[in-house]
Amino acid sequence: MPDITRDEVAHLAALSRIDLSDAELDHMAPQLSVILDAVASITGVVGDDVPATSHPLPLTNVFREDVVTPSLTAEQALSGAPEVEEQRFAVPRILGEEA
Amino acid sequence: MSIDLTRATAAQMADALAAGETTSVALTQAALDRIAATDGDAEAGIHAFLHVDAEGALAQAAASDARRAAGEPLSALDGVPVAVKDVLATTGLPTTCGSKILEGWVPPYDATVVKRLKDAGLPILGKTNMDEFAMGSSTEHSAYGPTRNPWDTTRIPGGSGGGSAAAVAAFQAPLALGTDTGGSIRQPGSVTGTVGVKPTYGAVSRYGLVAMANSLDQVGPVTRTVLDSALLQELIGGHDPLDSTSVVEPLPSLVDAAKQGAAGDLTGVKVGVITELGGDGYQAGVRARFTEALDKLVAAGAEVVEVSCPSFVHALAAYYLVMPCEASSNLARFDAMRYGLRVMPEGNDSPSAEAVMRATRDAGFGDEVKRRIILGTYALSSGYYDAYYGTAQKVRTLIQRDFEAAFASVDVLVSPTAPTTAFKLGEKLDDPLAMYLNDLATIPANLAGVPGMSLPAGLAEEDGLPVGFQILAPQLADDRLYRVGAALEAALEKEWGGPLLDRAPEVATLTSTEGAL
Repeated sequence: MPDITRDEVAHLAALSRIDLSDAELDHMAPQLSVILDAVASITGVVGDDVPATSHPLPLTNVFREDVVTPSLTAEQALSGAPEVEEQRFAVPRILGEEA
Repeated sequence: MSIDLTRATAAQMADALAAGETTSVALTQAALDRIAATDGDAEAGIHAFLHVDAEGALAQAAASDARRAAGEPLSALDGVPVAVKDVLATTGLPTTCGSKILEGWVPPYDATVVKRLKDAGLPILGKTNMDEFAMGSSTEHSAYGPTRNPWDTTRIPGGSGGGSAAAVAAFQAPLALGTDTGGSIRQPGSVTGTVGVKPTYGAVSRYGLVAMANSLDQVGPVTRTVLDSALLQELIGGHDPLDSTSVVEPLPSLVDAAKQGAAGDLTGVKVGVITELGGDGYQAGVRARFTEALDKLVAAGAEVVEVSCPSFVHALAAYYLVMPCEASSNLARFDAMRYGLRVMPEGNDSPSAEAVMRATRDAGFGDEVKRRIILGTYALSSGYYDAYYGTAQKVRTLIQRDFEAAFASVDVLVSPTAPTTAFKLGEKLDDPLAMYLNDLATIPANLAGVPGMSLPAGLAEEDGLPVGFQILAPQLADDRLYRVGAALEAALEKEWGGPLLDRAPEVATLTSTEGAL
């Protein structure tokens, strides 16, 4: 089951928003198959009666009083931005090619 | 008695400062000189540091000296310099996580642990090298070139925190911070002959740590002695309201535990040797040093028994599903919009935000990061979610149950930290699965959130390289690591006639020191 094809890797890369080159796809697809083969060994080792653990500590929601606390200034928040315009993050157009 | 300004332990430096025998400026300058002489760059030298902040560190040192002179209250490590892994946010200093996607990024806030270092008067020497986004066991996945092991510069310093471990082993810094998601503090400690501790999950704040896998990541100390780790963990640990997964209840005193252990009496302590983490697949010299260390524990009065943790055989597979799933989600934040790199795709006059994001992530992420993002995306896809992520979460439950059952009968569990000593640079770079196998013994602690320590157990006779001894304790019982670790350290150093690092070859001094600063 775990064999992963080059086309599947290309699809997953698109979902992950990474433009992989042909060379990268050629290189990565067989590597991912080997890794998946190894990790797939656990499918079926546990029964339905075992509950899932998502987190090592039994934590419940943490609340605080709803009061204003100091936070970053606009300048600080924008300090690492690739592009800034009128105290805002400037981004490329967000609509797709066909829109 | 005057101390060696670079080779002294942090505790000795603190004592010398308190006695007025040296100054923080002198200690900090000595560390900076040592870095300048030995660190080099991506091509040669240890290359433990990605950024060195001589000016900032000396200013912090001078401030500590001034507070001391004025009789103001001081922390236990006030004035002792420290290095910080480049995955922790530092105002005024670049924070790259070893990635091109964050090249030159200077965070507008400090991680809580960094703030605690600054508040406690520890001069920050700089930021240490690491596998990109802490993904790796060799520091070779850094976009800025590998760190080299001070014991043999043709070998890996471990990873992901190879920079912090190598800096401490090469006497460039007495203390460093690391982070451990699957062994990134303990495995570098093992292969560099240093001490590294992964505290109980949540015992040290993760606010300002660039996340790889939230349910596994933990900040911890990297030092040359058990006592120094105790001092550093006490300083950075404790509840932080900015980290919602932070543990509220305080830990027992770690420094007291280390001092108690150093007295050498382990009468009444029950030590469990994990059957599944040893034997075949572990290098002969690793097994030999581990067995001898067990004899030392027995000689100190501990009772040593064998304990089976049958689900540990599935830990590596569960980890390499849980971690990529969390990482693929976490790293979605690197979208080229708000901070970090932005790359415009070629041949497109008006690219969409999505096209910019795809081009940026291809150019900005290295191979290992891409592999893990794609693996995580796959394992979280509909149709595979239950079989992979769902099963991995259930295996996690089984591993927690194994720990609970084991700790019902013993106080601590022990194993070798890593199956081998330091391997050659490049040896496993293109074989991801072989690289992953290095984390075999360290991963169970992360999956269960229990604390773990690695400390030096000696040198393997076949290659003369350090071997690490791992101690694991129940959640919130970090003090047990320090008690048992300090006792073992004292017994081994008595036999060796001094610290293991005294036997490390002298690190080459570079003719040109321009690379470091």
